[in-house]
Amino acid sequence: MTAVQSTPGPAQAIDAPRSPYRRSKPTRTNFELYAWLFMRMSGVLLVVLVLGHLFVNLMLGDGIHQVDFAFVAGKWASPFWKVWDLSMLWLAMLHGTNGVRTIINDYAERNGTRFWLKMALYVAFALTVVLGTLVIFTFDPCPIGADIDASALPSFCPAR
Amino acid sequence: MARTLPALPTVSGPTGTLYRGREGMWSWVGHRITGVLIFVFLLVHVLDTALVTVSPQAYDAVIASYKNPVVGLGEAGLVAAVLFHAFNGIRIMLVDFWSKGPRYHRQLFWGVLAVWLVLFVPFLVRHLSIIFSPVEN
Ligand code: HEM
Ligand code: HEM
Repeated sequence: MTAVQSTPGPAQAIDAPRSPYRRSKPTRTNFELYAWLFMRMSGVLLVVLVLGHLFVNLMLGDGIHQVDFAFVAGKWASPFWKVWDLSMLWLAMLHGTNGVRTIINDYAERNGTRFWLKMALYVAFALTVVLGTLVIFTFDPCPIGADIDASALPSFCPAR
Repeated sequence: MARTLPALPTVSGPTGTLYRGREGMWSWVGHRITGVLIFVFLLVHVLDTALVTVSPQAYDAVIASYKNPVVGLGEAGLVAAVLFHAFNGIRIMLVDFWSKGPRYHRQLFWGVLAVWLVLFVPFLVRHLSIIFSPVEN
């Protein structure tokens, strides 16, 4: 460990007044600054995306009672809601993951614990973002097959 | 020449900094708890939405549990958390970027609670009337 405070020897154990004080070693990049800024910029966008999502799915129409496969198919028939959900997925996951990373850094004091908690967090991030993205891009509003109950399909499907 | 310093405001309880005690600290505690809660919900939520690629019945079966009144109360709790986190997030940005933000951070916090109440109460009335009515099918 390199000393970050200037303490040349026992005779001068106390720093000179106004000598620079640092809590940790300086880092080479501005990552934390950009992360801080990202939390704020994504926050502004998430206000619209998440509150809009909740309003359309819980307040309009029949609220939670309207939500089923046909409802999702109706929304994802439009690229507008696909782009909406994709942006919301990525922004909320990046924002939430960075937020939880901060919290882990705050509370997990042992190096090993901190490292493994963050690894688990990053794995959860990657799996969730990949899955959510694939779901939006591979969604089929009119699946066909013996095991598909046609009455659950949206009204625009030929099988109905 | 003797100089007199302006008298410091006296308040009871620990205060004096932006984040120690009172509004500044409680808004931070609330922001942290709601942030983690929404994040955990989101992980589960992406999984339940992914069922649309399994089959329509699989998705509808799991979404049926969202229509249960007890789960519905949980949804109201989630919305309460999202509303607090969203508007307190705006308060944080105002404290950071608006020149008068730090001076008015307490008033801003009470403003957040006011906006929260104004939006949450109408939501709750509508959502409760939906979850306690029979599901049509
Ligand atoms: C109880 C409240 C909620 C309900 C009933 C609900 C319902 C739904 C439904 C029906 C979909 C399918 C597509 C669509 O409608 O756009 C969906 C997708 C999605 N929701 Fe929600 N949602 C809720 C809360 C939230 C919250 C709080 C967030 C953000 C933190 C969120 C983030 C998402 C995302 C990212 C997707 C896309 C998932 C994917 O890519 O597979 N939802 N939600
Ligand atoms: C709705 C719009 C949102 C706004 C305006 C917003 C705003 C913010 C801001 C400004 C911060 C930074 C706090 C700081 O640096 O001190 C933050 C932290 C955080 N946010 Fe959000 N956020 C929103 C949505 C979300 C969502 C959807 C999630 C979860 C997926 C989330 C999870 C978190 C977490 C875990 C933190 C860290 C809290 C802490 O360090 O104490 N936020 N939020």
